[in-house]
Amino acid sequence: MHLLEVKNLAINFKTYGGEVKAVRDVSFHVDEGEVVAIVGESGSGKSVTAQSIMGLVPRPPGIIKGGSIIFKEQELLHMTRKEMRKIKGSKISMVFQDPMTSLNPTMRIGKQIEENLFSHKKMSKKQVKKKAIELLRQVDIPNPESRYEQYPHQFSGGMRQRAMIAIALACEPDLLIADEPTTALDVTIQAQVLELMRELQKETNTSIILITHDLGVVAEMAQSVAVMYGGMLVEKGTVNDIFHHSAHPYTRGLLKSIPNVESTEKKKLVPIKGSPPDLFSPPKGCPFAPRCKYAMDVCIDHMPPEFEIGNNHTARCWLNHTHAPGIDEFESRSEPL
Amino acid sequence: MYILKRFLIMFLTIWVIASLTFVIMKFIPGDPFASDSKRLTEEVLENQRAKYHLDEPIPVQYVMYMKDLITLDLGTSIQSNTRSVNSIIKQGAPVSAVLGLQALVVALIFGLFIGIIAALYHNQFLDYASMMLAIIGISIPSFILAPFLIKFLAVDTGILPVASWGTWKHTILPTIALAASPLAVIARFMRSSMLEVLNQDYIVTADSKGISRASLVIKHGIRNAILPVVSFVGPLLASLIAGTFVIEEIFAIPGIGRYYVDSIFNRDYPVIMGTTIFFSAILVVTLFLVDISYRLIDPRIKVNSKEE
Repeated sequence: MHLLEVKNLAINFKTYGGEVKAVRDVSFHVDEGEVVAIVGESGSGKSVTAQSIMGLVPRPPGIIKGGSIIFKEQELLHMTRKEMRKIKGSKISMVFQDPMTSLNPTMRIGKQIEENLFSHKKMSKKQVKKKAIELLRQVDIPNPESRYEQYPHQFSGGMRQRAMIAIALACEPDLLIADEPTTALDVTIQAQVLELMRELQKETNTSIILITHDLGVVAEMAQSVAVMYGGMLVEKGTVNDIFHHSAHPYTRGLLKSIPNVESTEKKKLVPIKGSPPDLFSPPKGCPFAPRCKYAMDVCIDHMPPEFEIGNNHTARCWLNHTHAPGIDEFESRSEPL
Repeated sequence: MYILKRFLIMFLTIWVIASLTFVIMKFIPGDPFASDSKRLTEEVLENQRAKYHLDEPIPVQYVMYMKDLITLDLGTSIQSNTRSVNSIIKQGAPVSAVLGLQALVVALIFGLFIGIIAALYHNQFLDYASMMLAIIGISIPSFILAPFLIKFLAVDTGILPVASWGTWKHTILPTIALAASPLAVIARFMRSSMLEVLNQDYIVTADSKGISRASLVIKHGIRNAILPVVSFVGPLLASLIAGTFVIEEIFAIPGIGRYYVDSIFNRDYPVIMGTTIFFSAILVVTLFLVDISYRLIDPRIKVNSKEE
């Protein structure tokens, strides 16, 4: 049994221009103690997917079109607000992207951590305070006793994100969703925060869904990777599968577009040409087909199913069909067809 | 240190206002006895002017007035002849202040409540309904609303007294009439401020902790949304408790409101000065209180910049 299983999730957003199909038929799962990374460019639906697990998709304008999210054998999508409140913050919690805006500016840091404990644990005021200070110490905030009394504006960006992590971990959740936790931070601080998250993950064996567009972060933290494009999950597998045996042209394009510090030869970065699909009326076939070097006729008209590549490695690409030539064969040719 | 500085600035402000008022007042053509000039002989008028030192050069008058002002003596009303301006204020101000405070409390409680409800039910029936009410409240002036209230709640049904001052019942209608428009403004302010706050990231963070809806709205929403309203309440408080001409006139309330207007028509110099200084003192003090309360609500604002 998986800790979390998302099946065929579909989410639309109602706007004046029509319905945006933000998430289409997304399925993945997270096991206990596993770190799953969801990668993809802006607007690929990764944040919405994560928010829907926490019931944080604003409805309206959001509409859950279908699918299921099963957490510890419970269906999250059918829960009432009250039932969901019991899970939010205690069993599943979230670290947000921008620590500068994610903390309440008029509430002391200590209180913001304690709120979580008060609403889920039966603890006395004294115990809660002790635990909050302990949490601040755990996330490497110096002088936690005096920091406990301070307001967010007295914290630096990195410290705020540490405080966010302390809030998220307060009730020792089974699943932590980190929505681009390092995107808004300086590079040096990024490394520190990632290191902290990795340490805490090892200590507590918390499962993590890590949303990012930084493949470097993925390689450092995750065991499995799900690649999203145009609201769909185009490929998923282990880190090794995705980085070294990718079976989807989009994933390969992503990997080629990041610089490699170690390589000595002068190579130009290869961008993925074109722009992401219009989610108001997504293409009938593969969403990546218009930008894909290897697109075939079938790609334009027919949505590729999830092809099983290996154990737990799937890719939504027609190239993996038994009758198709296969992506490696394409790549080895110098000229695209 | 900061408080001391603020006090100095407050006195300076009042002095500047007093001086400006003095100068402008003397520029208005005519004098307190202009209307009597037909009845009285030139000699009597001269005597009257001399009695109130109006025959002295203006700079001398100014110095004399300022000397009295330092001892908090606002002079004697020329119109009523015997009443000191201090006693006019002492008598009228408490009445106006009671009425004003009641109106402010009503406006704040209902205004904030309606604004918050409208924001929480954004783009739903309750939102539209309360904003309709707010528009009506803003667009109907108090001198229209007051006669309506008198007609329906006093004359026709007899539930409440028509006018004048005395028991608590007498204060209800003028309080409603006085509170209506600030109530509507506060409601609109609070709604837009609350909507902005509810869209902030930290609200999502708070929601993700699984706290109750009530503490989400109160601790995270209202506390942050109320700041712009507070800055509006300062001047509002001053103008409400310092007395209002229209409402006090309609309900025959013995407040201080009518002296603001009457004194100018009569060129009753000491009363003009007295009421202006009284009003500006209240305004300056309430603004000071607002500044202090900012600090209590928003920790990012520091009263003393050196404090860390």
